Amino acid sequence: MIIDWIYGLVGGLFIGLGGLVLLIFNGRIMGASGILGQLIDGKQDTENLERIVFLIGVIAAPLIILQFSDFSTTNVTSNTIQLVLAGLSVGAGTRIANGCTSGHGVCGISRLSLRGLLATAVYIAAGALTMVTLRTFWGLI
Amino acid sequence: MSRLLVSFISGLLFGVGLLISGMTDTAKVQGWLDILGQWDPTLAFVMAGAILPMTAAWAITAKKAPLFDLSFSIPSNKTIDFKLLSGSVLFGMGWALAGLCPGPAIAALGFGGNGIILFFVSMVIGMILTKPIRMGSISTADG
Repeated sequence: MIIDWIYGLVGGLFIGLGGLVLLIFNGRIMGASGILGQLIDGKQDTENLERIVFLIGVIAAPLIILQFSDFSTTNVTSNTIQLVLAGLSVGAGTRIANGCTSGHGVCGISRLSLRGLLATAVYIAAGALTMVTLRTFWGLI
Repeated sequence: MSRLLVSFISGLLFGVGLLISGMTDTAKVQGWLDILGQWDPTLAFVMAGAILPMTAAWAITAKKAPLFDLSFSIPSNKTIDFKLLSGSVLFGMGWALAGLCPGPAIAALGFGGNGIILFFVSMVIGMILTKPIRMGSISTADG
């Protein structure tokens, strides 16, 4: 249990460092949904290659670490309907709200942004309510 | 070229962090939201760990320009509107349903198998579907 918290804290520091270098050097916010979403939107600017390279880094890094250690457990459900509904909601919701756990959560809260703080409070509350409904009350997930 | 290198390094750090923090494990994320069950506080430690360097980053960059650009591209939108709240509700519901948010879903693409890929593809479709709704929004720079 406590070892999970330590891994969480250390992993969190890496996440924050990723955001730090992107902000200090490139002047951009490290938000996963924004970077992916703007790429998908075909945003007309000169930064799409930077977005692609960032995403390649996110995908490649775990593959390197997994050569030396075992963090590969995802415990992801095999229920197709659950995955599709979840994916659609997360994709739509993060783009409508203009941010996710990295953008609103990590970058927004550290900046003391009211939008970031509020969005984070709302998606955690909505997530917890969904979890309590689906698991505690209905025993579905 | 240097901007590309920074983007890549940032992505690598983000990917390493998401993996070792346990955020690619959907059970840990669902555990964080499972407040009336076996609550797992790991995510709070991840958030604390991540906010620490970012707080320093905002302090360092205050009133300066980034090293590889003329200015910062950071959200100027301060409005609390229906889109922010409704989008966050929708996101939170999907987050609980599968235990995945965008970052971890991307980080697990290379090793997580078909379930992760199906979630990712659905997420991309969800993003595309909202494009008409988002048209005319003030800023797309955050997130």
